[in-house]
Amino acid sequence: MAEPLSIKELAKSEELLVGGHRLCPGCGHSIILRQMLHASEYPLVLAMSTGCLEVCTTIYPYTSWKTPWIHSAFENAAATITGVETMYRALKKKGKIDKDVKFVAVGGDGGTYDIGLQSLSGAFERGHNFVYVCTDNGAYMNTGTQRSSATPFAADTTTSPVGKKIIGKQQERKNLTKIAAAHDIPYAAQASPHNWKDLTMKFRKALEIDGPAFLNVVSPCPRGWRTDASETVNLAKMAVDSCYWPLYEVENGKITINYKPKEKVPIFEWLKVQGRFKHLLKPENEGLVKMFQDKIDRDWEDLQKRAGE
Amino acid sequence: MKKKGWKEVPIGGVLKDKGSSVAYNSGSWRSFRPVIDLEKCINCMFCWVYCPDSSVIIKGGLVAGFDLEHCKGCGICAKECPPKVTAITMEPESKGPVCG
Amino acid sequence: MGKTMAITGNIAIAIAMKQINPDVVAAYPITPSTEIVQQFSSYVADGAVDTEYIAVESEHSAMSACIGASAGGGRVMTATSSQGLAFMWEMLYIAAGYRLPIVLVCVNRALSAPINIHCDHSDSMGARDASWIQLYAENAQEAYDNTIQAFRIAEEMDVRLPVMSCLDGFIISHSIENMTILEDEEVRRFIGDYKPLNPLLDLENPATVGAIDLQDYYMEHKRQQHEAMLNAKKVILSVGKEYGKLSGRSYGFFEEYRLDDADVAIVVMSSAAGTVKDIVDEYRSKGIKAGLLKPRVFRPFPAEEIADALKNTKAVAVLDRADSFGASGGPLFPEFRSALYDVPNPPKMINKIFGLGGRDFGPDDVRGVFDELVAIKDTGKIKSLKEYITVRE
Repeated sequence: MAEPLSIKELAKSEELLVGGHRLCPGCGHSIILRQMLHASEYPLVLAMSTGCLEVCTTIYPYTSWKTPWIHSAFENAAATITGVETMYRALKKKGKIDKDVKFVAVGGDGGTYDIGLQSLSGAFERGHNFVYVCTDNGAYMNTGTQRSSATPFAADTTTSPVGKKIIGKQQERKNLTKIAAAHDIPYAAQASPHNWKDLTMKFRKALEIDGPAFLNVVSPCPRGWRTDASETVNLAKMAVDSCYWPLYEVENGKITINYKPKEKVPIFEWLKVQGRFKHLLKPENEGLVKMFQDKIDRDWEDLQKRAGE
Repeated sequence: MKKKGWKEVPIGGVLKDKGSSVAYNSGSWRSFRPVIDLEKCINCMFCWVYCPDSSVIIKGGLVAGFDLEHCKGCGICAKECPPKVTAITMEPESKGPVCG
Repeated sequence: MGKTMAITGNIAIAIAMKQINPDVVAAYPITPSTEIVQQFSSYVADGAVDTEYIAVESEHSAMSACIGASAGGGRVMTATSSQGLAFMWEMLYIAAGYRLPIVLVCVNRALSAPINIHCDHSDSMGARDASWIQLYAENAQEAYDNTIQAFRIAEEMDVRLPVMSCLDGFIISHSIENMTILEDEEVRRFIGDYKPLNPLLDLENPATVGAIDLQDYYMEHKRQQHEAMLNAKKVILSVGKEYGKLSGRSYGFFEEYRLDDADVAIVVMSSAAGTVKDIVDEYRSKGIKAGLLKPRVFRPFPAEEIADALKNTKAVAVLDRADSFGASGGPLFPEFRSALYDVPNPPKMINKIFGLGGRDFGPDDVRGVFDELVAIKDTGKIKSLKEYITVRE
């Protein structure tokens, strides 16, 4: 079983995602990827769905990656990595490769919750040995903040705008971590980059799993959330402390909540600092904030119940 | 960089020069730069673990400064530097020489 | 020197796959290609092949997994038809753009709507601009032979393009024919060991595959694909010749049937060519100089060679088993007409759209076309450039 690594141990490994990429200042994605890459003791092959992370790290003729990396399209990071993983097994069987290699697919919420869900579900069912990481920033940020099924309720996006009659996104988020776990895969978890210890440990665990593993990681987006670039890690922390993004894991069906805030931060504290929710500061929209809070409370209750607490 | 012709670039759009983006100066995007007081620094390395631009330099297991070729000046390092330490401050680019 | 067997086109392909023994096959069943993956699955289950088989949840994932596997650094294959190929469409361009030598067997079937399971070429013709080499077979023997040669063509270093090996749905895929199968060892020797190019699984030399190419480099990569298609021509010919030495069946860009001195000629691909050959014989016995040109290679399009083969004809009908709606003809017609543009005294040319959705194409249909060509030869007049045949008014 994987042991946790200290920050100093993490820092000893080579930087596999180097600087000079074109992600926005304060992007959550590269923080998440760096923490994960430093946590692996295995050589990794990465597949990425089309999105900010993919585009900004590989603008030809530049690449920010120092480990084998492939992107093929938007909706198929899971299918693509399972192709590579299967070729690895084929060549290993024939003695053409001897190393132990691990395979990781990364997609944003658009490529994972929406257009890539079928590909992901198929790869889970087939039981490939890979880790799928969703970097969830809650909208199609790469194309200018259009709503996804991961976009929070009431958020202002360019396809769920705040208008005179409709106030932002009308629907609740899809609970993808629950859906992933419902495939009865050996490991599914939620993590956050502010808690690097938890995230890196979960990734190390996921790598050790024989079979599919899923990590859903909250990834604050200064551009889409309309927040200051320096707030990224803090916003991830508040997402967890408010129980909007609980840290938990599902190991062979058993749910463990990894962190419980001593005092749940009211969601309004998180909403009010984000430009995408600024309409919720208006007194007439108090009801929407209450609906938002009620949903979090219900989900948190439900999670604790499912965890047997 | 002189752009290559079609006979010179590898087929299939493959890039074989790993980590070549270090040649791109994303530091030019910056309007504020991080400045670290290494005397105050306790080497908690939060700045390193939270840096989105792989721009915190570690030497011999210790924080040694910033890679200003690539740092975009987001300010996460200064924000996440523990409140009792505050070794990092963000200074406008127009001001003064770089330390660290 | 192989053995003679009576088998369906689909089984012939499955046997070819077994002999090729690819590293990875990722496929999703669809009529009429289903039997291929069924039969191949049984080879996997029996340990008759070393292949890792991925039973994906869709054709889109089939081609995506093929791309991942091929980029990984090994030999990869798949099979599909119709909607399956259409669902892969996005990924076909990517496989070619990444220069991955994947081989896809396309059992030709009409595209919806209306939904139809029978043969026409609308599926593979829809992918004709995807930078895949396309080979078409008249019968199960040719489909088998083409599929084996496809690997040699695709994997040649100055080609490195995916190849689509096409055969007619049901007409060939489900009909039992006598054909000759090579020995396993002969096939393995012919295709040789796979040589990876910049494989992802070369961990010491990490490759980035699929970077974003903007205004400054995209066109250079497309120019390379154009060059690869040009290079493919000589490779297709040399592989076809070498295969001839092995099997006694040589292959070129197209088959000419009594075309040398023909006044009137039909151009038609795949299974329909057999019927046309019969009628060519019939018309020859009546003293009419009829002939046939049966294209085997549609991409790259061998324009110069075709012009040379048809330059002495007086009237030519190009038969398309697919329409390009709104265009001057089906997919073949403009290519053939353009190929003959620079020939002195080019033949008069007409286009017939036939056999859509598996509609029968019989001897009388061929006679009708030849009679029309004879009239055009005699009068120099064309009454209709593009016309549907085998259709009720």
